[in-house]
This record gives sequence, structure tokens and C-alpha cells, in this order.
Amino acid sequence: MRRAGRARWAVCAAAVLTATACGSGAGAPGGAGVLTASWGDPQNPLEPANTNEVQGGKVLDMIFRGLKRYDPRTGKAENMLAERIDTADSQNFTVTVKDGWRFSNGEKITAKSFVDAWNYGASLRNNQKNAYFFGYIDGYDKVHPDTGTQSADTLSGLKATGPRTFTVRLSQKFSTFPDTLGYPAFAPLPTAFFTHHAAWLSKPVGNGPYAIQSYTKGSAMDLRRWNAYPGPDKARNDGVTLLVYTDSNTAYTDVLAGNLDLVDDVPATQLKNVRTDLDGRYINTPAGIIQTLAFPYYDAKWNTAGARKVRTGLSMAINRAQITETIFRRTRTPATDWTSPVLGTAGGFQAGLCGAACTYDPATARKLVQEGGGIPGGQVKITYNADTGSHKQWVDAVCNSINNALGNDTACVGNPIGTFADFRNQISQHRMQGPFRAGWQMDYPLIQNFLQPLYYTNASSNDGTWSNPQFDRLVDRANAETDQPAAVRLFQQAEGVVRDNMAAIPLWYQNGSAGYSARLSHVTLNPFSVPVYDEIKVG
Amino acid sequence: MGRYVLRRLLQMIPVFVGATLLIFLMVNVMGDPIAGLCGERQCDPATAAQLRRDFGLDQPVWQQYLTYMGNVFTGDFGTAFNGQPVTELMATAFPVTIRLTVVAILFEIVIGITLGVLTGLRRGRPVDTTVLILTLVVISVPTFVTGLLLQLLLGVEWGWIKPSVSPAADFGELIVPGLVLASVSLAYVTRLTRTTLAENRRSDYVRTAIAKGLPRRRVVGRHLLRNSLIPVVTFIGADIGALMGGAIVTERIFNIHGVGYQLYQGILRQNTQTVVGFVTVLVLVFLVANLLVDLLYAVLDPRIRYA
Repeated sequence: MRRAGRARWAVCAAAVLTATACGSGAGAPGGAGVLTASWGDPQNPLEPANTNEVQGGKVLDMIFRGLKRYDPRTGKAENMLAERIDTADSQNFTVTVKDGWRFSNGEKITAKSFVDAWNYGASLRNNQKNAYFFGYIDGYDKVHPDTGTQSADTLSGLKATGPRTFTVRLSQKFSTFPDTLGYPAFAPLPTAFFTHHAAWLSKPVGNGPYAIQSYTKGSAMDLRRWNAYPGPDKARNDGVTLLVYTDSNTAYTDVLAGNLDLVDDVPATQLKNVRTDLDGRYINTPAGIIQTLAFPYYDAKWNTAGARKVRTGLSMAINRAQITETIFRRTRTPATDWTSPVLGTAGGFQAGLCGAACTYDPATARKLVQEGGGIPGGQVKITYNADTGSHKQWVDAVCNSINNALGNDTACVGNPIGTFADFRNQISQHRMQGPFRAGWQMDYPLIQNFLQPLYYTNASSNDGTWSNPQFDRLVDRANAETDQPAAVRLFQQAEGVVRDNMAAIPLWYQNGSAGYSARLSHVTLNPFSVPVYDEIKVG
Repeated sequence: MGRYVLRRLLQMIPVFVGATLLIFLMVNVMGDPIAGLCGERQCDPATAAQLRRDFGLDQPVWQQYLTYMGNVFTGDFGTAFNGQPVTELMATAFPVTIRLTVVAILFEIVIGITLGVLTGLRRGRPVDTTVLILTLVVISVPTFVTGLLLQLLLGVEWGWIKPSVSPAADFGELIVPGLVLASVSLAYVTRLTRTTLAENRRSDYVRTAIAKGLPRRRVVGRHLLRNSLIPVVTFIGADIGALMGGAIVTERIFNIHGVGYQLYQGILRQNTQTVVGFVTVLVLVFLVANLLVDLLYAVLDPRIRYA
């Protein structure tokens, strides 16, 4: 490999000197049917229960299939490895795994592949950051106590009852539990994961349509179509080469030059000319992401009846339409509820639920803020992390909008924090003094996932510690409800409680965007804003 | 000579300890990194506590530093948050950055000194004025502008090069990034060479050499250039360290996975182990490069002796 590299250097050097073409054109390193795509270095080791960000998620989506899979277009949870999941009481589930599935190393997938994987993910000693996904399963508090050491190694609610069947007992009723099983943390794992862990991590083996051919940590991963894949969603290309880019601008430039086939994060600065640059090879579709402003309810100033009016007033002082148009170029759409359009109306999305409280109305905004006793502390400080995304731009725009509406140049200022880690740290230490940026990317397309983790008392992402007994009761009832439409209705009622208290200000729904080279066709993004790699056709 | 080198090496020890301590404290001041690992949600307290214990973050800072330094002397630079040992990151990043630096230094030496000699010998002529203006332009334009401009022109518009560097990062791919990285220093080298050359041209030993009837080539190459290169060598030597650590911008533009990339990511993720490890090695490179430069003086100017 090194030798080949040197030879190319000589050719390219000569080319630079004589000013002829070198390097550009259809530069696919892997072969004709293999596409190259932009990637980011995964933050955590690539274990299914340890990956909580989209870059590692891309890989898991290609090399793993779980009991359920979310349809890339509708987001509906459909059986993949599950033959059936039966329950009589929404608390005890019997899962039957389909016959004939194997891992790409030839090992048969049995009930044990799931039970072992879930036990591993839940166990405290394995440091899995998604362990809480197993929190509904009975016995979780034993294998993953909040403090001290674990008193059990396996979940008592999880039992393999046959080669292809296992039972799950939950600690509470949770009717939509089967629909959460499409999340990567619930993927089955081969024996090699447990016996040769380090080797597995350097080249993960799964059961998805692709198998990893080579993985150079921090720079590239080569995935090839696994020809013996038994599932219905076989890859329609020969493989995918993921290349790590530090800066999405470079990836975008590479697509322009034909040096890269797919960039799935078009930088905000390029949005203005992306349509002409790429000649229509650009997609912009809704994803299950909502951006909100959360409030610190541990600060007594923000937790009063008057502050509720102020929050509603601030919400009405934000000109969402203008900001999404000018800054985000319609890659985000003004939010009118607290969920996401990708849920669909049947799934619980309800456009306009927020009503007037999310409509720009400077006069009413000013009135409400005055009635509420003015802004607590005299000034709104919106805290955000300045290291990623274009947070600074929109926070400044939101502040401008608030300042103009309230007729006060110092009513709102941005409060940038250098790194995401520090931002999260200050949030977890309850050091926020005013509203702060809160982005939510759904784990699975259920209305429950947009409400419970964010607004339920002491929930994992309830950073502002909002608490409302009425909301909690409605969520509990919804989770126990076996009838899907009835459950959705209860969740929407709970969302109404969020609205009436303006627990958080909904800003906009985020789209996923991607640009691609002329070599590709059938490029789509799923509701998680990840490209549906297996459907892409090359050439 | 031997004693001099020994003394210099001994001086490196306090510099090394001080630099690592400073960096260690600075990264620590940024706060607890664990909170950033769990996305937009609270890490569950048990896992967070265990991660803190695993990375030694639950101990007081001075103890963390002592443990870290103890490990460094046994060759263990710790583990990054993605589970990779920092030494492994170094093994992939440093060769790339060294290649990039070599390309940049070569540009500085070959183009910089050649242009310097050319203009130094022709002061006031059109060549001189043109090069002076050009170097002024290069110095005043920030590196990221030069980089993005060349990337767009050569990579997208004309298609001569690939806009980004592949993970292998061969020398050939690094020519343009190396030129961008070297551009500002290159201009300085040109100007420095030009000035010292022009100054030394008027000195007695050069007049003597010409009076002796030596051929012009020998006067310039052996007498004039050799003496004039001393400040230039100092500059280039100090630049080696600066180029290796300061390549963050260039590496980002051309997507080179070198030291700058690892440092950037380490800082964003507040990964003390990565940042301190890389900076420590950079400090060492800087110290050694400076020592070599000082030793080179004696080679260039026999009057300089070290004891």
C-alpha cells in the first residue's frame, strides 16, 4: 500500500508541475459500486449500548438489525428479527425471534444473542452510556443501582425460554415498549463480542446488510455488502466507505469536486447556493429533531405564576418564520407543538397545538411580559455552546427578535460557553440563570420519546427540573394504555399541560440535509437524519 | 561541546515539567468532561461516577498530575474517551504532521532562500520590488484565506488536485497544504535572507574575497551565503515547532488527520490525556529543534564555539 502511494505521489507531483489534471474526477477508492460518504469520529467506543450520537449510529444502522426496524420513510416500527412480540398485560412480553438469521461471521442468532446483549448493556460495570434504555426491565435497579455496586449480574426480568423465544418482564406497564426495540441499544450481539472484546471493537461484527472490511479509527471505515444477508433490505450498492471529516465545509467542497459522493451535513454557510452548486442533487427532509429553549425551574425567579406569563410572552416575541428563513434557509421549520412532524398525525404530531403562544405577536408579547412582572433578573441570558452548529447565529437572532418586540435593546443577550462538555456540565450542576438551548433528537419515533424524557419529574433529560403532577399522571396513564390511539390522545393531553405552562419554548423542527454526486441516485434520509445507505444506487 | 549539550538537555527538564503542568491545569479548569459524553441528557449518576473513577477524575488535581506524569515516564499516555490509547493516536497523527512539516520546511528552504538570494543580490531592481510586494501580500493574507482559495481554485474550479487529503496522506497530496502552511514563513525567510545578504555584501570579508579575484559563485556561496544564513537557520528551526503545533487551521481546511486535528478534537471533548500528551511531545520537539539550531551555528560560523 505504501509503495502504491509513493508511485502516485510521483505522478501527482509531475502533474502539479506540468499543470495537468490529477486526482479529480470520479475518485472512488473502493471500486465502481462503492460510494464514499462523509463521517465524524464516533465519540464513544462502537458498542450498541454505548453509542448515543449520530456518527456512531450511522455505522450501527448499517451493521446491525434489531427485533424491530423503523421504516426509513414512515418511521413506523416494523418487525425485523422479531417473528412476534406477544403481551396480554403490557407488562410481560414474549418475544419470538425469526429463524434463519445469522451474524456475518456465521453464528446463528438465537434468543440468547439478545438476552446476553441486553444484560451486557444494562450492567453498571460495562460503562454503557445507554444503559438507561433497559431501565424499564425488571431488576434494572439491581444490575445498575444509582450508587454503590451492583448486586446482580443479569436482569431478573429477562429470560431465554427456548432457542428462539425469550420473555421480558417490565417493572411497570409500558404498552409501546415493543416499538422502542428498534433502537440500536437493543441489537443482538455475537459471542465474539464477549469473548474477544478488544478484537471485536477494532472490527465490529453484526447482522446488518453491510459487514466491516476495515476500520482505521479516527479516519476511515470500509463497509462492504454482506451477500449472505437474509433480510429484505439488502444493500443495492457494493459498499460504503466512510471518511472522517473535521469540517463539513471540506466535505462539501469534496462533493463539488467529485472527490466524495455523499455529504449528509450541508454547512449552514453553503445553504444559500447549494441548489445551484449541486444542480438539484440536494435533499432536505424533516427529521425527528426539535430545538427548544428550556428554563431553570430550580431558580425560584423562573418558577412563579408570573414567570409563566413571561415565558409565553418571550415565545410570542420570537419571529420563528423569519429566523428559519434567513438563517437556516428553510432547513428548519417553525415549531407549533413539542414533538416532530416525522411522527405523523397518527403518531401524535399535532400542528398548531401551541396555537397563539407560538405565533409572533410583539404587542401581546410585551403585554404578557409586563403582566408577568417583567423579565426575572431584568435580562434574559440565553446560554448555549459555541463549539458546534450555528448556535451563535440563531441565539443572536432570537435575542434581536425579543429585543425588538419588547422595545428594549438589552432585554436579551446570548451567553456562549466554549465547549459542549462544559455546557452540559454547567447544566447538570444547575448553574443556568435563564433559558438555555435544548435540542432533542428522538431515540425512536414515538410521541412518548418527545415528552417523558424531557418533562416528566426527574427524567433523564429534564434539565430544567420542570415538574407537574398532572403531566406525570397523564404520561403514566398513557403508558399503561394498550390501545394505541387512546395512548396517543393521552400523550397529547399531557403535551397540552406543557403548553399551558410553557414549560419550554418550542423553536423549530430541524430537517436533515444531504448533498450527493452525480454518480448516486435514490438518496434519502431516514427520520433520524441518517442516509438510508442500503437503498443508494451507484452509477 | 558535549558538556554544552548536556547542560542544555538538563535545562529541558524544568521547561518540560512546567509546560505539562500548565497545560494540565488549563485543561482541568475547563471543567468536568464526563457530562459531554452523554449527549443532550444527564449521564446516569452511577455510570458517570464509574467513568470518573476509571479516568482518575475523582482524585484531586495534583494527584491526577502526579499519576499522569508517573505513567508518562513508563510510556503510558493514557486513554482517549473513545477507548483508544493516546500513544496509538500519536502513532497515526505524528507521521502525517511530520510529513506535512517536512514539505513546508522544504518549501521554505528551497523557494524562500532562493528568492532571498535572488533579491538580495539585485536590490532595487524590478525582480526585487516584485518579490517584495508579493511577500507583503502573502504575509498580510491570513492562512485560512490562502488555504480556502487554493482549495477552491485548484481543487474544484481547475481540478488539478483533490480538495482534501486522503487518510493515507502521501507526500504528493501534501504539496498544496504544505505550501499553504509554509506561505507566511516562506515570505519571512525570503525577506530575512534578502536583508542579511544585502547587509553582508558590504562587509570587509566579502570585499576581500572579491579583491582576491575569487569567482562570483564562490564569493556568494561560500562567503556571503554561509554567514548570512545564521538568522535564517534560527528562524526555520524555531518554525519547525510552530508549524507542527500550528497546523490546526491548515489541517482542518484540507481534512488532514494530524496533530492539529487530534488537538482540536481533544480540546472540544476536554480530553486531558490527549491534549497534554500531544502538547508534551510538541514541547519536546520544540526544545530539541532549538538545540539543533544552536549546534548548527557552530557549523555555519566556525568562530562560534560551545564549551
